[in-house]
Amino acid sequence: MTAAAPLLDIRGLTVELPPGGDRRHAIEDLWLRVESGRTLCVVGESGSGKSLAAAAIVRLMPSPRLRISGGQVLLDGRDTLAMGMSELLAVRGGRVGYVFQDPLSCLNPLERIGRQVREVLDRHGWAGDRAARVNRLLADVGLPQPGQIVHKYPWQLSGGQRQRVMIAMALAADPALLIADEPTAALDVTTQAQILRLLREQQAQRGLGLLLITHDFGVVAEMADEVAVLKDGRLVEHGDRAQVLGRPREAYTRRLLAAVPPLLARAARTGGQPLLQATGLRKTWAATGPWWRRGAPTPAVAGVDLRVDRGETVAVVGESGSGKSTLARLLARLTQADGGKASLQGIAEDYLSMPARQLGPLRRAVQMVFQDPFASLNPRHTVGHSVAMGPIACGTPRDQALREARELLERVRVDPRAADRYPSEFSGGQRQRIVIARALAMRARLLIADEPVSALDVSVQAEILDLLEEIQQRDGVGMVFITHDLRVAARMADRIMVMNRGEIVESGNAAAVLAAPAHPYTRELLLAVPRMEGASGCAPPHDTATGGA
Amino acid sequence: MNALPVNWRLWIGACTLTAIALVALGAPWLAPHDPWALLGPPLAPPGGEFALGTDLLGRDLLSGLIHGARVSLLIGLASTVCALAIGITLGAVAGYFGGLADRVVVRFTEFFQVIPAFLFAILLVAIMRPGLRSVIVAVALVTWPPVARLVRSEFLTLRSREFVEAARALGLGHGQIILREILPNALPPVIAVGSLMVATAILTESSLSFLGLADPNLISWGYIIGSSRSVFRDAWWLSVLPGLCLFVTVLSISLLADGLGDSRNPLLRSRRGLSP
Repeated sequence: MTAAAPLLDIRGLTVELPPGGDRRHAIEDLWLRVESGRTLCVVGESGSGKSLAAAAIVRLMPSPRLRISGGQVLLDGRDTLAMGMSELLAVRGGRVGYVFQDPLSCLNPLERIGRQVREVLDRHGWAGDRAARVNRLLADVGLPQPGQIVHKYPWQLSGGQRQRVMIAMALAADPALLIADEPTAALDVTTQAQILRLLREQQAQRGLGLLLITHDFGVVAEMADEVAVLKDGRLVEHGDRAQVLGRPREAYTRRLLAAVPPLLARAARTGGQPLLQATGLRKTWAATGPWWRRGAPTPAVAGVDLRVDRGETVAVVGESGSGKSTLARLLARLTQADGGKASLQGIAEDYLSMPARQLGPLRRAVQMVFQDPFASLNPRHTVGHSVAMGPIACGTPRDQALREARELLERVRVDPRAADRYPSEFSGGQRQRIVIARALAMRARLLIADEPVSALDVSVQAEILDLLEEIQQRDGVGMVFITHDLRVAARMADRIMVMNRGEIVESGNAAAVLAAPAHPYTRELLLAVPRMEGASGCAPPHDTATGGA
Repeated sequence: MNALPVNWRLWIGACTLTAIALVALGAPWLAPHDPWALLGPPLAPPGGEFALGTDLLGRDLLSGLIHGARVSLLIGLASTVCALAIGITLGAVAGYFGGLADRVVVRFTEFFQVIPAFLFAILLVAIMRPGLRSVIVAVALVTWPPVARLVRSEFLTLRSREFVEAARALGLGHGQIILREILPNALPPVIAVGSLMVATAILTESSLSFLGLADPNLISWGYIIGSSRSVFRDAWWLSVLPGLCLFVTVLSISLLADGLGDSRNPLLRSRRGLSP
């Protein structure tokens, strides 16, 4: 770009928080530029103000209590912050297209896809054949048979297809700037790769300026021309991709990059005694709906064998719908298996068929850590009580259990004085620590962690993974680690099992699976993981830096 | 109402309700006259010899209101407590256990819901024997089904939440999970519905006593409204003043319930600032 004004020029944007918060500004003095045909990635952890910055460009503030108090947002040289409402409405969806994180909640469930895309054209007074344009757009974003898709409802599409529809809507009125706020955070890794490719293609075809908000450095490495790192509403670092990922200037950026686990298996530990042995696990979900249009029953877990030794971590990886969470629940006996056997050494020979009232010892020995740290603690109990609850149920005197709960909180590095507070006063990472303390309180021998870090920021994620590992080594706990994230699996696992459609398609030592995947599905998964080699925190020292894409 | 801090609502509600309850308890000493005594000219307007005027038969309205508070409060609270007890128990069992228990409870609930509530109440009172106790039982029996349905739906969503699963994984029994884990989280909407049920109960009692099916020896706000309905255009105070009593009572119960619910809700208690 030459001396001409850039497409988007954010000059000193400041957004004020309502008084009484932990900081005064949600965004403070932010300067950013996006040129046509270029991609700016804004990265940061939750609470960094990155989504808000994107929303403020077209004044889509999520709450009236947030006030833009300074700066300019120049779009084609005109300040959107000073625009009248009618002019602004023409910009939204017209000059600026917006793609949100969760395509399910952003599409109207009661309207057909065609009408929703067409609405954008109607709104912006598209001249020409609108129906043809809708079909064209849907074809452009790679949806098969657009003529049929237009008649479907959002819930009839998959997550990836819905995100494609969202992109079609954002592109409908031929915008010059596309803002995508975590467009792939809710998608599987293979779908993510497809959507990112689609965004790049559309950008190249239309010469779009792309502002991509993300927390994922893998996405940054794939997509960015320039990178801006935000922390607590302030711009920490800004530069081109090679510089920010390869030679970050700021300590904060380096810390974020270092927290991304490399896609390399760590040294496997030598096996201990076998702890859990499960064979032929099966679970089929009965078909739902009235009898005249009831589908076939869905096999969620179809004959899975699994062995976990003491002190060993077995990672089960797979995409959503692969049955990995069902497997976790079968092993914890939260869901009744249809078939198969599972024995826990020293506890039960075959606990899947034991009557419910004999499960006491098993309940103590097998504990779960769930994905959503906000849902897995009872909001009405103090955290001390939540941790002590299990031992109390098993007959430990109340005072003793509460005292031990404080010690456990200290062990997971939560201030034990906070035992009398409620979960709502803790951050996601702290809550996950509390959940781990709750599992420890039962002196669990087998820990089943179902996506324990996928709801957490990358730096918090690293802390929780460290904590899990430390506990495991100290107590010799066996762990089944369910995850969709191959980097996390590589970081944690001694052995990796790859699950697809209810079956284990590949299993073996983590190093072997990652280095030489035997099954095509494993290869596909590995290929879809955004490459980060070349980034300073991730690359093994001897690896040649290959850059992104 | 949401603008008031939690504690204000709690205190206003609690104080007003306590005052009403004290008046009800002290009725024989507080009331200037016997509420049934024919003392003065019929339909005397407020402000004369009788502070709040007299009714059709020349009975003192103020004394009627004070004595009426007893029956109205008692019936309103007692029947609501009974209805909540039935509704919460059945709803919790249905929502938590699901399957056969759920189907049985839902059918049972529907059985009660298809009968028009007021007719059913009349029938029940007529079968039992008109009186205070039979009115309470009848009102409770016709008002519990919505509570059961509400509690059931709350339990249905809460039972699959992860903290409940975690409690199962910790080896807690069904009773503990229902009472300690799920019920506290299911209560807020139930409390809201319950506070309105008190009003419905008081009004149902008034309808029953209007038909002569309540205890004929007890005066209540509903009885006063019912008996003076026909002279509303000549003597507004006979309907409006007991109506106001009813309104203030229901409002204070509602404030108290709201305040209680919120003060026990850690989500609200800890809300200090907005995190971006």
